[in-house]
Amino acid sequence: MSGCHGDSPRASLLPNPSIPPPRAAGDRPIIVAIVGPPNSGKSTLFNRLTGLRQKVANFPGVTVEHRMGKAKLKGHQEVFLVDLPGVYSLHPRAEDEQVTHDVLTGERADFPKPDAVILILDVTNLGRNLVLAAPILSLGLPTQVLLNMADDLSARGGKVDVAALSAELNSPVALISASKGTGIDRIQQFLLGTAARLNAPPARIELPVLHDIPKCRQWAANLGVRASYRAPAPPLWTRSLDGVFLHPIAGPLVFAAVVIAVFQSIFSWAQPIMDGLQQAVASSGQWLNQTLPDSPWRSLLVDGIWSGVGSVVVFLPQILLLFLFIGILEDSGYLARAALIADRTMAKFGLQGKSFIPLLSAYACAVPAIMATRVIENKRDRMATIMISPLMTCSARLPIYTLLIAAFIPNIPVIGGFLSLPAAVMLGLYILGFLTAIAVARLLKSSILKSTGSSFMLEMPPYRWPTLQSLGLRLLDRAKVFLRRVGTVILLVAIVLWILAHLPYSHGQAPDLEQSFAGMTGKAIEPLIKPLGFNWKIGIGLITSLAAREVIVGTLGTIYGIQGDEQSKGLQAAIHQDLSVAGAVALLVFFAFAMQCFSTLAVVKRETGGWRWPLFQFSYMLALAYSGSWLAFHVTRYFLG
Amino acid sequence: MAAVAQKTLADLQTGQRCILDRLDLPEGVARRLMELGFLPGNEVIPGRRAPGGGPRVFQVDGSEVALREDTAARLYIRRDPESDLIVLS
Repeated sequence: MSGCHGDSPRASLLPNPSIPPPRAAGDRPIIVAIVGPPNSGKSTLFNRLTGLRQKVANFPGVTVEHRMGKAKLKGHQEVFLVDLPGVYSLHPRAEDEQVTHDVLTGERADFPKPDAVILILDVTNLGRNLVLAAPILSLGLPTQVLLNMADDLSARGGKVDVAALSAELNSPVALISASKGTGIDRIQQFLLGTAARLNAPPARIELPVLHDIPKCRQWAANLGVRASYRAPAPPLWTRSLDGVFLHPIAGPLVFAAVVIAVFQSIFSWAQPIMDGLQQAVASSGQWLNQTLPDSPWRSLLVDGIWSGVGSVVVFLPQILLLFLFIGILEDSGYLARAALIADRTMAKFGLQGKSFIPLLSAYACAVPAIMATRVIENKRDRMATIMISPLMTCSARLPIYTLLIAAFIPNIPVIGGFLSLPAAVMLGLYILGFLTAIAVARLLKSSILKSTGSSFMLEMPPYRWPTLQSLGLRLLDRAKVFLRRVGTVILLVAIVLWILAHLPYSHGQAPDLEQSFAGMTGKAIEPLIKPLGFNWKIGIGLITSLAAREVIVGTLGTIYGIQGDEQSKGLQAAIHQDLSVAGAVALLVFFAFAMQCFSTLAVVKRETGGWRWPLFQFSYMLALAYSGSWLAFHVTRYFLG
Repeated sequence: MAAVAQKTLADLQTGQRCILDRLDLPEGVARRLMELGFLPGNEVIPGRRAPGGGPRVFQVDGSEVALREDTAARLYIRRDPESDLIVLS
């Protein structure tokens, strides 16, 4: 204990500083770690206490990275909370357990040892959850034990004597409901350190041999008996829902229906809002154009920035809608069932059901998906999953997909009116990404990432209603990320592009786009992309979209803005002058396969510990994109004559 | 007693209760399974199978855990007295 309190004079006065004393300004802040098994509600509690954004998912092990947040306490005190990965024990086996173990024992060089621990347990299965209390209490840190899901416990007829358990564990124990917010004041008390008994040095309690799981389980069972624990009745709702969702016929049908409903609604629900935004961007651009005096600055603002940034911003509603659906699937517990259904299919491609979860969240964004692969214990399975994650259709592809589909695909009903043709094409692109991903996985797993049979074990969490707070925070977080990117990368690209499109000056005149630096760059790569049906203007977009996929839409917005077409005709109409239908199909395929995302490359480098894997990933995806779009261009041209 | 192959979780019908006897798996996998509740002496009830013959859900120690068939086939169960009688007769 002395190591982390060494510089605090108050710490030495206390034999065992059971609650971190308030420290003078300039001292290291007080850090409290939140620990618990997967699905015990850690992240929900973290959100509740900090109000900060934090991903919550009803699936074991999604919180693979620790998150920090500040909890404001009464009297303006502040405590730093760290949300650690969910673990069943501190015996390090997978990477998330290693992280939790190292942080709590102070072995991580990059993270200070916490001053106290909040141990959160699912009280509806207290016996098994209490096993984790043994290694946590053995750390000797002041610990508060929270029994979460108190509402579930009483609704299903269970009970527990909190005072008795508190006496047995010699630590404060509280019944709470993190999702409903009951019992949160007890945590505030713990964090404030007002409860008098917290200041007493904790007497040693008898703990079992930590590595002997049967002994630990027996210890937990005995505690349960002494705390008069009565387990709740089985969750009947979950059983009957599983009867449908895991039914041999109904299960896969429900799965397909959910997927189709998501796609159809992303199109139909988001459209009016997007149209409205588009209108607002266009008319405000025109207003600016008429109000400001004619100057290069007006051109930069209206043609460069307004057209570039504006054409990307309109896709925010669609992206949020997608995140909302994925959030509901994750938080409700359905995702674990989807993994179960998918396991057999994934096994055929050399992967396992656990790979399905990161792959599904890669539909939102590959960056968190690649971090979520840490739940896969088998290193080679994990590597294969990382390699294919960016082939899943992430939300950054939505802007270019939507733009091209709206511009080139007629809105007619297909499959007996179930889907519109644009929605069907969109769904087809998602399926294309998925099928390619598993084919690549199959190739990798039978060559460079060959491994012996991997095991699959997955806890099925009970179904829960997703809370508005959790979904709301998720969407808010996503909107921030998106707008930050629009405000930085896309804004910067728009400005640089506008400048490059107006140089070199000759006779005091800006050149035509074709003779500008931007145009010359596009022209330089045109021979390479001509076989795919793209001209030099699309080429400029392909170059700028190396930073991030959605940048191409902004770039096209800027290009047509400079040419004066965007305001008059709109992007959808303007793009027809540079792309044929076959070229549009080829461009869609190019974006389905190409690795145009610097953030993803950076996170793959971090997770695989070098540039070897991200470079391999970039190259194979570029090769796929080039050959795929060449094929798409020629096949479409052949069929359309 | 007649030497019969010891049964495993993979041999059970849905809903057929049993007591786990031992886990014949590498240490790391066995440890995780024990953490999930598959401890010798615990009751296990096989439940629903994923559509198309995928993994199966087992009720164990107050929660539900899905295992693949090949893993379940390495979890041996205790002979209950009745089935022993049948073997002897």
